[in-house]
Amino acid sequence: MTKNCHNDYKMKFSVDDEYPDLSLHNNHMAKVLNKEIYGKLRGKSTPSGFTVDDVIQTGVDNPGHPFIMTVGCVAGDEESYEVFKDLLDPVISDRHGGYKPTDKHKTDLNFENLKGGDDLDPNYVLSSRVRTGRSIKGFTLPPTTAVESAEPLRSCPSRGEFKGKYYPLTGMTDAEQEQLIADHFLFDKPVSPLLTCAGMARDWPDGRGIWHNDNKTFLVWVNEEDHLRVISMQKGGNMKEVFRRFCVGLQKIEEIFKKHNHGFMWNEHLGYILTCPSNLGTGLRGGVHVKLPKLSTHAKFEEILTRLRLQKRGTGGVDTASVGGVFDISNADRLGSSEVYQVQLVVDGVKLMVEMEKKLEKGESIDGMIPAQK
Amino acid sequence: MASSFTRLMSGRNKAVLLAGLGAGTMATGFLLSESSPLSADLKTKLYPPSSDYPDLRKHNNCMASALTPAIYAKLRDRVTPNNWTLDQTIQTGVDNPGHPFIKTVGCVAGDEESYEVFSDLFTPVIVDRHNGYDPKTMIHPTDLDASKITNGMFDENYVLSSRVRTGRSIRGLSLPPACSRAERREVERVVVTALAGLKDDLDHFLFDKPVSPLLTCAFMARDWPDARGIWHNNEKTFLIWINEEDHTRVISMEKGGNMKRVFERFCRGLKQVEHLIQERGWEFMWNEHLGYILTCPSNLGTGLRAGVHVRLPKLSKDARFSKILDNLRLQKRGTGGVDTAATGDTFDISNNDRLGKSEVELVQLLIDGVNHLIECEKKLEKGQDIKVPAPVAQFKK
Repeated sequence: MTKNCHNDYKMKFSVDDEYPDLSLHNNHMAKVLNKEIYGKLRGKSTPSGFTVDDVIQTGVDNPGHPFIMTVGCVAGDEESYEVFKDLLDPVISDRHGGYKPTDKHKTDLNFENLKGGDDLDPNYVLSSRVRTGRSIKGFTLPPTTAVESAEPLRSCPSRGEFKGKYYPLTGMTDAEQEQLIADHFLFDKPVSPLLTCAGMARDWPDGRGIWHNDNKTFLVWVNEEDHLRVISMQKGGNMKEVFRRFCVGLQKIEEIFKKHNHGFMWNEHLGYILTCPSNLGTGLRGGVHVKLPKLSTHAKFEEILTRLRLQKRGTGGVDTASVGGVFDISNADRLGSSEVYQVQLVVDGVKLMVEMEKKLEKGESIDGMIPAQK
Repeated sequence: MASSFTRLMSGRNKAVLLAGLGAGTMATGFLLSESSPLSADLKTKLYPPSSDYPDLRKHNNCMASALTPAIYAKLRDRVTPNNWTLDQTIQTGVDNPGHPFIKTVGCVAGDEESYEVFSDLFTPVIVDRHNGYDPKTMIHPTDLDASKITNGMFDENYVLSSRVRTGRSIRGLSLPPACSRAERREVERVVVTALAGLKDDLDHFLFDKPVSPLLTCAFMARDWPDARGIWHNNEKTFLIWINEEDHTRVISMEKGGNMKRVFERFCRGLKQVEHLIQERGWEFMWNEHLGYILTCPSNLGTGLRAGVHVRLPKLSKDARFSKILDNLRLQKRGTGGVDTAATGDTFDISNNDRLGKSEVELVQLLIDGVNHLIECEKKLEKGQDIKVPAPVAQFKK
């Protein structure tokens, strides 16, 4: 369902009358959109009825974020990226380092291609995690509707490391809820206006749920910001193992959905299609919680991160600050490089930063270790 | 343009998807023209209404009480001329199961036609909310002749301030849940142009962005603060809010207890604004069954809330206080308005009803009721006992 007005009456008003006031805005959509593009797109809609006003509403309602440059637009379905390419291609280019409409994206989920990653020092690296998203082909995306995409997950038999259970949010018992919160698995109804203004909290908690394995190392979120968010995680620094499980688990999920004749949304230009343009490509965020109390206060910390193509967040995830010198460090890129490549960047980069931290502990300089731009 | 809950299917995958969805879901065909947008009459749904029906088991609002699966199935595929749908109408009630203090309405109109197109839902909601008023058969009286008011001057030892508010919608433009930016700006233009014709000078400032999920889930905070504002006269005794929950909210207020003067200014100002918009070919949304048409069904009829801030230290502690208010058809709120609690002994007391009685009747009810409350307070001060008054007559059926 779309929440913007879809009346033909609005087409009788001029572009000037309908064009949003973006004078105080600082997000990718506001930087790209102009009256010409808006005029060209406003008469169009995708086959499921998503319009350019639906695409941009979140960016109109949220002028800017204090720490990060937000995207300010979402897709309502797979076709949005085609129908509204005049807006979304430049947004994608801005967000993804100049990615061109003619570029091809490489998918590589062969975990054996990852070098190392099993020896990150657990005295520093407290936990490792890889997440991505997947959209089920043939359904509209969360801004348009929350749909029964979990159906196959509910009924799938599973064994071994993927033996697990689906917990729908509707009708969840208090005991189940407390356990899931204690395990850091439960997701809340979105409160971020970035998501609520894009309609993603509608009908909560209908159709939402969490699947996780008995070992609590692999979980799937259903119908939060994307159809599926797939997460592999564990304590300690064995990113290699986390990534292996991630790749194997993803493959199993894909098989299950294919049996029900649903594939994932993917194409060779945009890779995996997700709700927010920032997650196109791999949709992958691989990261660690790592103790870097000295390095994080070093004058060159930000520059090191940028050169390593990494980003920092607080340990509560996006929108949070770090606690006790512990940072969430993850890959900054999503589109234009493969899963293996992005996780390799995390593995190599974190290894280097831990060595820098150790040097700083000993009072030594790290100037000779500053990496070149990757 | 497509309505809600449409499903995409590319031509190639269509047959495969239909076949594959066999067990556990009932798939009916979704016929698509890939090159052109859908129109409401051409499409059939992929999912049956029963699978789109919202989960309302934990809900306690008028919409949830009224919306049966049969009504949902009947109305799901309808759209108003502005393409407003049932799902959009009920979204706020689905997303907000209940309010701790009040039974909320849980549905909104996107345009004037919503009340007709979705009358199978709105009629029972209106009957429920407005104490048995049946919009199908009953006529709502409109009366803005302030000269009929009697005893409209309160004892200012008790009444600190007096206020009357209502809303008005501009016919021909979608309501705040549904409007496009251009429509919203047009509402502003129409009203501001009219206000320029008033003799008072008016200042402009902005009210707060709605944070109540009752409003945000009904899409009323979109594009904030575009085309929103308040205009008021120098004395701040007459104010107009533009494009908050309704196209316009009109407020007359002043310190002290002169409710008659507040209501006189209210009626005069309303008539002036109406006259000025009519000069330019616009009019307010109104019909003889529903009175003035506003976004929330709770405000149909007069849309009028007349109230006072009044000190009732003894009466408010009396166990019979709520019953007295009920019988007088009054409600209490905290001095911050709806959703607030009272501070100290001062209460916001206002009329409960909106539909089925005229403006004059409701304001007179408020006046008589508050005077009675003050009498009770004075009696209790002197150590005398009070009686619970008989219930005020309901509207003539």
